[in-house]
Amino acid sequence: MTSPSSAGPASGAAKSAGGIDWLFLVAVLAIAAALARVIYYTPFEAVQGPAQKIFYLHLPAALDAFMAFGVVAISGIAYLWLGDLRLDRAAESSAEVGVVFTTVVLVTGPLWARPVWGTWWTWDARLTLTLFLWFIYVGYLVLRGAIDDRALRARYSAILGILGSLLIPFIHLSVYLFRTLHPRPIVIKPSAPSLPPEMLTTLVISFVAFTLFYLALVRQRYRLATERDLLELEEGR
Amino acid sequence: MAPSTLSAAFLIARKDLAIEFRTRTAFFSAAVFALLGIVIFYFAWDPTAVASIDLAPGVLWAIFTFSGLLGLQRSFGIEQADRAIDALLGAPITRESIYLGKAMANLVFVAAVQVIAIPAVQLFYGVPLLENAALLALIALLAAIGLVAVGTLFSAMAVNTKLAEMLLPVLSLPFFVPVVIPAAQATARLIAGRPGSEIVGWLKLLVAFDIVFVAACTLAFPFTIEE
Repeated sequence: MTSPSSAGPASGAAKSAGGIDWLFLVAVLAIAAALARVIYYTPFEAVQGPAQKIFYLHLPAALDAFMAFGVVAISGIAYLWLGDLRLDRAAESSAEVGVVFTTVVLVTGPLWARPVWGTWWTWDARLTLTLFLWFIYVGYLVLRGAIDDRALRARYSAILGILGSLLIPFIHLSVYLFRTLHPRPIVIKPSAPSLPPEMLTTLVISFVAFTLFYLALVRQRYRLATERDLLELEEGR
Repeated sequence: MAPSTLSAAFLIARKDLAIEFRTRTAFFSAAVFALLGIVIFYFAWDPTAVASIDLAPGVLWAIFTFSGLLGLQRSFGIEQADRAIDALLGAPITRESIYLGKAMANLVFVAAVQVIAIPAVQLFYGVPLLENAALLALIALLAAIGLVAVGTLFSAMAVNTKLAEMLLPVLSLPFFVPVVIPAAQATARLIAGRPGSEIVGWLKLLVAFDIVFVAACTLAFPFTIEE
């Protein structure tokens, strides 16, 4: 378990030679296109007015943050099983991007809540859950920074990543028993989505754009992790 | 002959408790810390504005959480001196028994702090905590198992990091939330004299947390030990 990955960091490093990161470029263009559609081609919501448009950032960021932490947990399980450091780099990259996306959720949420709910913050179930998600994965990054030994860092991170994903349903349940201000699910539910088709299209486009952005960021971060591992190996750490 | 996982765990728990019983350093500091916390929390609120019956459950559980951390920090810290952990690892016992033994000793530690703190809260806050002693003991036990299951694992991890004991609260506190909320809510309903049916849901949540995290942490523990 302590031996470094058989694949070694070198195998991934060759791919990180210069050139344009096409995925990143596409992702940025997709975000720009999604924003253009949000601003110019999507109708105002009848009651909330323009404030509701933050929804097209808020929800996709939240979904991708959940996905990112799912990747952390699955990579963690796979790492403990296979001991391949590439899995740990994937977890590390995904956790960091997930924290960024969670921060986006936590910033856009209050901005939207202020005009609509009349308060920046409320101890609503999903707000509290998101805040704790942020705490768990910031703790994850702090843990990574506190361990020099590469294999130990990978193992401990894997454990925390797995336990974190087990914790999410419990935090959700315990804070859900408090009253919630959040709307009931409006997109994925047994009956047809209650969003008008134009809004639903914008949401889907925005989600796809955010997911591309997530993938591009994780890929960049993964390359950085690969090069750092290579450097550490050369320094004989 | 190698002892079974459970009997080895009892031996380790007995060893840790014997050390604690002879030195009493961690227990006294945790108990005094708990009492100080109870007093400070009381003065942090205006007692004429907030009824102490509303304050007591939250204070009780915040105190347990923090004083529990004091004990958990020591759990694997004491094995660092003279690399005593190597002797444990060299013993013909399973890794799981080390975890379970440490967790049992920590559970006794937390329970002992509770035995001091609960009457103290009743005394200082004038709330009827002990009138339903059996139910309160059940809540306290279920919550303590959850805190200790996660805290013991993180204690084993934290001692091997550069931040050492600084890291334990950062890792543990998010995991303590789904324990503290149901425990405090159940305690609040208990002392308000609400019917038992309002408590059952919170107790179920605690039981589910205990089952999931005792199992997950026992499985994860062997990976935390340097081989």
